Amino acid sequence: MKLTPALPDGRELGRRLRERDLSAAPAALNLIESRSPNARGPTQQLLAEVSPAALGAEAPGHVIGVTGPPGVGKSSLLSRLLAEWRRRHRSVAVLAVDPSSRRSGGSLLGDRARIEADPRDKSVFVRSTAAGNRLGGLAPATRAAAAALAAAFDVVVIETVGVGQSETEVADVADTVAVVLQPASGDVLQFLKAGIMEVPDVLVMTKSDLQSPARRALADLNAALLALGATDTAVCPVSSVPPPTGIDRLVDALDAHRASLDLPARRLHARRRHALEDFVAEHGERGLRALGGRLEAQRWLERQRPELDVPALAHALEARVEEQP
Amino acid sequence: MPEMPSPRLPEPDRPWMMRTYAGHSDAKRSNELYRRNLEKGQTGLSIAFDLPTQTGYDPDHELARGEVGKVGVSIAHRGDMATLLDQIPLDQMNTSMTINATAAWLLSLYVVAAENQDPPTAEKDLQGTTQNDILKEYLSRGTYAFPPGPSMRLIADTIAYTVQHIPKWNPINICSYHLQEAGATPVQEIAFTMSNAIAVLDAVKQRVAPELMGNVFGRISFFVNAGVRFIEEHAKLRTMGVLWDELGRERYGVEDEKQRRLRYGVQVNSLGLTEAQPENNVYRIALEALAVTLGRGARARAIQLPAWNEALGLPRPWDQQWSLRLQQILAYETDLLEYPDIFEGSKVMDGLVAELLEGAREEMHRVAELGGAVEAVDYMKGSLVESQRRRWQRIESGEQVAVGMNRFTSTEPSPLTAGADGGILVVDPEVEAEQRKALEQWRATRDQAAVDEALQALAAVARDDSQNIMPATIAAARAGVTTGEWAQTLRDAFGEYRAPTGVGEAAPADTQDLAELRGEVEKLSEALGRRLKFLVGKPGLDGHSNGAEQIAVRARDAGMDVVYEGIRLTPTQIATSAAQEGVHVIGLSILSGSHRELIPSVLDALREAGVEDVPVVVGGIIPESDAEALREAGIAAVYTPKDWNMNGMMRAIVELVAERHGVETAVGA
Repeated sequence: MKLTPALPDGRELGRRLRERDLSAAPAALNLIESRSPNARGPTQQLLAEVSPAALGAEAPGHVIGVTGPPGVGKSSLLSRLLAEWRRRHRSVAVLAVDPSSRRSGGSLLGDRARIEADPRDKSVFVRSTAAGNRLGGLAPATRAAAAALAAAFDVVVIETVGVGQSETEVADVADTVAVVLQPASGDVLQFLKAGIMEVPDVLVMTKSDLQSPARRALADLNAALLALGATDTAVCPVSSVPPPTGIDRLVDALDAHRASLDLPARRLHARRRHALEDFVAEHGERGLRALGGRLEAQRWLERQRPELDVPALAHALEARVEEQP
Repeated sequence: MPEMPSPRLPEPDRPWMMRTYAGHSDAKRSNELYRRNLEKGQTGLSIAFDLPTQTGYDPDHELARGEVGKVGVSIAHRGDMATLLDQIPLDQMNTSMTINATAAWLLSLYVVAAENQDPPTAEKDLQGTTQNDILKEYLSRGTYAFPPGPSMRLIADTIAYTVQHIPKWNPINICSYHLQEAGATPVQEIAFTMSNAIAVLDAVKQRVAPELMGNVFGRISFFVNAGVRFIEEHAKLRTMGVLWDELGRERYGVEDEKQRRLRYGVQVNSLGLTEAQPENNVYRIALEALAVTLGRGARARAIQLPAWNEALGLPRPWDQQWSLRLQQILAYETDLLEYPDIFEGSKVMDGLVAELLEGAREEMHRVAELGGAVEAVDYMKGSLVESQRRRWQRIESGEQVAVGMNRFTSTEPSPLTAGADGGILVVDPEVEAEQRKALEQWRATRDQAAVDEALQALAAVARDDSQNIMPATIAAARAGVTTGEWAQTLRDAFGEYRAPTGVGEAAPADTQDLAELRGEVEKLSEALGRRLKFLVGKPGLDGHSNGAEQIAVRARDAGMDVVYEGIRLTPTQIATSAAQEGVHVIGLSILSGSHRELIPSVLDALREAGVEDVPVVVGGIIPESDAEALREAGIAAVYTPKDWNMNGMMRAIVELVAERHGVETAVGA
């Protein structure tokens, strides 16, 4: 009987992802999700292998956040999107984040059941994860997973549930955020107008056949965006029931958003923010004070080399605390 | 002195229709069985179809693997149906078909078989029942094929068609049976069934002339269950009668009292039958039969009884004969049929009915508020999973007694299961290959142009909601179309569907035992670095998901991350999920008897997907001889209905994973 579970080689897994070996994804995620102290080293090695420094550029994958209230048809939409991306010969990874966190600590991860994909298709990867207990953000493992998968897959989707908070969380990680609504989601419109919810990059209206409730809902949405001055936000009506409609236009809209984006700047900004978050999660307000406060820490991070990944930046912050008298 | 009025009926009642739910392997073998059963005094037929036929797949489809001819007979085209009914005169027969998603299709095959018999029987003279109830398939039984909207249309179409063309047919048997199997309390059973009936009637109302609604209402029948608490169960049926009469009068304006009478057939409870000391099940079945016969005011029109060994495997013809004899003794030896309603004026019975009525009305109101039964499928499914969870907890705690299982467990060895066959029917594994070959031959010899034309016409009708699906379906049956082709044409038009699993809604349980178990899961998760992740999978076409759902919920309550994707997964799907999700352990559930084919396929698929060292456990109705073979093939543990203590099972799973990863646990130590 072996007494310690053997640890996988993080460097090797990272190298395989960097070389776009999609079959490395399951083992890579097993490692990244591990909270065992001796997994920390291999995880950082893995992430270093897929960092901009190792890649010589930002990871090529398009990280897309898909979020919206329960019951609007996100899973059906994802099934149709998957089919369209595959038709365009793109590999796709989906991280389905399950919101249920129970007192028992356990959860039922049922989302992948609703996402249709050919189980033989090696270019599609779906992984369900329970949301972390940490407030105000996705589990750090989900962020790291998205970053790692973006080195190997053409598209990385992070699917979350909710409205008002979830799109902010996912915007922290994703290049493009799509919020999914249905004609009856009147409250979302109110959230938008009241500024409780940030205007996403793409708005998807599901269940959009040619009937009048869908048309009216679209008109209301466009009017609200106009009033907010959010003329850049694409509004895409889709229908996922056969025959599906609007899916190719939605994929085009997602592509267009990415093309219009200063991707290195957005990701660099996110990496620095995540490093600070991780640092605070580890060392608390006290650690922050040792860095001279949040603003000072942010300024300091902005002076660091842009290709450093999150663990490297967090390390640098820790080293800086130790340097302080 | 005035003479006392006689407490007896002037003439004893005629007995109910006696059936045996039967069918296995192919049409020829089932036909032989039916003719033997009729000789024994059975008065109607009850056809059990295999799962591929029920879900609309041909015997050569990937999902049909291991299931052909297992839980019923395989019927792929009109040739099979003709063989099945050979020498059974259909003008005199009353045939019940347990068929739902593909009911329109099997009814059409029956119509075509009748017109081809010598002498032929016209459709207007056919008598029988198609189960044709889709909502309970979403809620419990799992043999659905299409999304809710189109499914309700198919039901409405068959009702509209039969009312006009096959007037003696019962086009739908609205089932409370499977709701009880899924854990429903009597109140839930009554309320969900009545809500389901409302959804069906409302859908039909859109598709028939208003003056036909009385006939439609009069043709709706029910298929109910009766558990061993037989007094309350009888009250349940009386309550349904009251509600049904009320619905007819108030909601649908049915004036003819006869048309408002509750008509039901019954199969008594299989859920309460135990694997431990299985001979006791005979008593349970007898008592349950009383629930549906004792009071004339709510007596069944047709009865089929399960066999004593259904928790062990498939019953043999002799086992079914034993159950038929029980019906015959009840009807012909006892004085049951000589009296009017013996509960009339009973304060206890009236009180029970009043209580159930109140509860059911309240629950029906809730379903109506959610937009009716179709819209409330998620709510109802969640409620059933929750009720089942509570039921299990009562059994585990000993609060609910199951004699021989959780009390009075010491026993002598049973001679009934000592035979070479273990006391069950084993389907010849060659049947599947035979059926595939026969199908190939059928396709090669039929008029392909006629088939193509019929399918094209069917597709056009499917896309046009204003047309009735039945004429095009009967034409397709005549042309030689197969079950899989008919269903695939409709799948293409309607889309596919996965029903809700209901597990997400189940309330978390909290007991002392569970708290300890949670501690063990937590410790192991810490040692593993990740939370213990458990894949619960249902391979094949078997839709009986109640067990898998309860395991999934309990594992969650024990603190595991549970991946549960519902029913009808291919081995490749299960293997892909296991690999991508990075699970630590896999549990497979199969109740259809196809474990001998499916489990090795899943193990192969896992190896192919590179999932090598993840332990796999199996649960289901699995005879010990098969369990042995499965363990030899690499299955870590086999659980059967006698392993009813789920926390014990969870502990064993924790221990198993700990052992594989070399982690010491409290359980392992």
